[in-house]
Amino acid sequence: MEIYLDNSATTKMSESSVKAVMDIMTNIYGNPSSLHSKGLEAEHALKNARRAVADSLSVSENEIFFTSGGTEANNLAVRGSVYARIKRGNKIVISAIEHSSIFECCHALENEGFQVVYVKPDSSGNISIENIADAVDEKTILVSVMYVNNEVGSVLPVESVRRIIKRKNAPALFHVDAVQAYGKIPIKPQKIDCDLLTVSAHKIHGPKGCGALYIKKGVYIKPLLYGGEQEKKIRPGTETLPLICGFGAAAGELGTPAEISARLKNIEDLRNYAVSELKKISGIEFNSPENALPYILNISAIGIRSETMLHFLEKKDIFISSGSACAKGKKSHVLSAMELDPKRIDSALRISFSSDSTKEEVDILVESLKEGLNTLVKSVK
Amino acid sequence: MNEIILAKIGEVVLKGLNRKNFEDLLIKNIKRRLHPLGAFEIKASQSTIRIKPLDDNIDMDDVADKVGKIFGIVAYCRACAVEKDIEKIKSASIEYLAPILEEAKSFKVESKRSDKKFPYGSPEISKIVGSHIADSFPNIEVDVHNPEVTVTVEIRDMGAYIHADALEGAGGLPIPSGGRAGILISGGIDSPVAAYMMAKRGVELTAIHFASPPYTSDRAEEKVRTLLEIVAQYAGRIEMYTVPFTKIQEEIKEKCPEDLFTIIMRRMMMKVSQKIAEQHECMALITGESLGQVASQTMGAIACTDEAADMPVFRPLIGMDKKEIIRISEKINTFETSLLPYEDCCTVFTPKHPRTKPKLEMVRRAESAVEWDELIEEAVNNTKFTEIYP
Repeated sequence: MEIYLDNSATTKMSESSVKAVMDIMTNIYGNPSSLHSKGLEAEHALKNARRAVADSLSVSENEIFFTSGGTEANNLAVRGSVYARIKRGNKIVISAIEHSSIFECCHALENEGFQVVYVKPDSSGNISIENIADAVDEKTILVSVMYVNNEVGSVLPVESVRRIIKRKNAPALFHVDAVQAYGKIPIKPQKIDCDLLTVSAHKIHGPKGCGALYIKKGVYIKPLLYGGEQEKKIRPGTETLPLICGFGAAAGELGTPAEISARLKNIEDLRNYAVSELKKISGIEFNSPENALPYILNISAIGIRSETMLHFLEKKDIFISSGSACAKGKKSHVLSAMELDPKRIDSALRISFSSDSTKEEVDILVESLKEGLNTLVKSVK
Repeated sequence: MNEIILAKIGEVVLKGLNRKNFEDLLIKNIKRRLHPLGAFEIKASQSTIRIKPLDDNIDMDDVADKVGKIFGIVAYCRACAVEKDIEKIKSASIEYLAPILEEAKSFKVESKRSDKKFPYGSPEISKIVGSHIADSFPNIEVDVHNPEVTVTVEIRDMGAYIHADALEGAGGLPIPSGGRAGILISGGIDSPVAAYMMAKRGVELTAIHFASPPYTSDRAEEKVRTLLEIVAQYAGRIEMYTVPFTKIQEEIKEKCPEDLFTIIMRRMMMKVSQKIAEQHECMALITGESLGQVASQTMGAIACTDEAADMPVFRPLIGMDKKEIIRISEKINTFETSLLPYEDCCTVFTPKHPRTKPKLEMVRRAESAVEWDELIEEAVNNTKFTEIYP
């Protein structure tokens, strides 16, 4: 039996999403910009996908811009915002536990003369709104905060950021990287009152290579690419229609906020069960904060290097991740920012659930971790 | 916490003996518009309509969004419904209004007591709730003259309600209290705004669109459908009739003087529209003309166009500048769609130098080169019907 518990890295595509991609590739192969009916047919497909994604966020279709994924949407949000507001300040505020597509992008902007403030988490991985408030001032042109951290699952106080921006009179745009929250908790950009919000298809059982940036009506950012009129010139280039329609199908399957909340409740039960079972093993420590999104559980199997345990489990057809999949073995900047004991960082493992995950899978994982801890040679000192 | 919406009826209450009819119409419209969101209890009393969700999963943001687009409601507020108990009112006012009160600098409390069995009088209620708020939020002070936030406590027969300032409603009159009319819609900026403005006065819309394939494309027609879908968020269901107009346009182009092309075309549109309007029990036509905007909208040209129709033609934008029209189209969200660059029936065959001061006699003489009745009949008989829903 294959046990896939690395759903924050990516998810298995749903049948209807695969079908949508296939259907577009084989039948609706026109270019949405073509004037003839083959083009119109493609444009209809594009419109339907856009509507499905817009509906999943309770926003208007005009506010959804398709990109090649979360990384591009994040880069577009960050660079697009600061270049649009460069005359009003040069300060960017982000959390120190952002995804690398925000983190590295801001790093690069530092070299261009922007000042970046990295708001540090506490040792449990939570970011306090007071610390964000301290960082924001009247020179701040962008505040970018992720909704849910990808490594430990901490939920950031995005709903209070707008208040801070208002109170500090900052000329800042407000971006939320919601990739890890999308489909897992009900998200309403209007409620968060953000200007920009990133989502990605492959974390919700859609295809890789497709994401979207929500841009609130009336908010202007600069494009990264120049070309045709697609996506209202914010993201030119012929639309990747097969993937976009796969995204649309996956977004359509997310269900109502009530259904999303019900799934969350089930995952919470599963996570709690996993925690109680893992607590019975000596040598396991928990890196996720207690109030983390239950879809993500970060633990350390003390003494065993993350990669070693990962490969040990893989032999048993169990797939989890060391830190975030994007870091590929590099020391996690998130766990480092939490100032965890290096021993814990080197042995960190991320278990991430989907609604397909079961108790049986958790049981097998726990058994195997126990076996690993008992049989593998401890190499982390 | 039980959130409800209180919708204030505006002009409707002025309508004397008809008031009941208007009110019933409005309630029917609210019911129909909210139906896709779930089950509600909708009741009217004392010029207020109370909208209460009967299902916990109903998203009140969506409800408020829809209520804000229903004509006949001047203002509405999202309120918290509690038992008529002073302690419960106190704690609910803090909890429910916290997001607003945390931000505000000054406030006052206004109370309305229509249930006289409630043991506290209005000034007393205001005082109790006011001091409780002031104690709970150190950032906020009482200011009875110029408060940033007015907290209202209503003690009514059905329960107690707490809310902050009301939001502006769509205004106007409930549809179809104003009758039914045919709107000539091309896909530009103006006609959707004209449609919206007449719908605001309670008019039920029948849309008439002229298509000239292959000079115009399917996309142009689709653009009109999209525009009507946006207008329908305010106007409710719209019947759309698409008229095949190619033959008539080609005939004008071939047989009539070039400088009169637009004016004759518009007269033919009027004649076709009137026939369709009559078939569907419309009492008037609506156009998006604005005086002097283009050659066909000078007073002389409008006089010639007007003469082609026997029924009243409403031109709600006649005295507006383009800027003012754009402002409304942005407000109702049609602007972006209107800008899509597809050729429509009005831009096909446009003459280089249209006549700005046409004389009716001259136009009639020019028209007589063609036998129109049959062509008009054919166009009317071949219209395509589409239903547009919000």
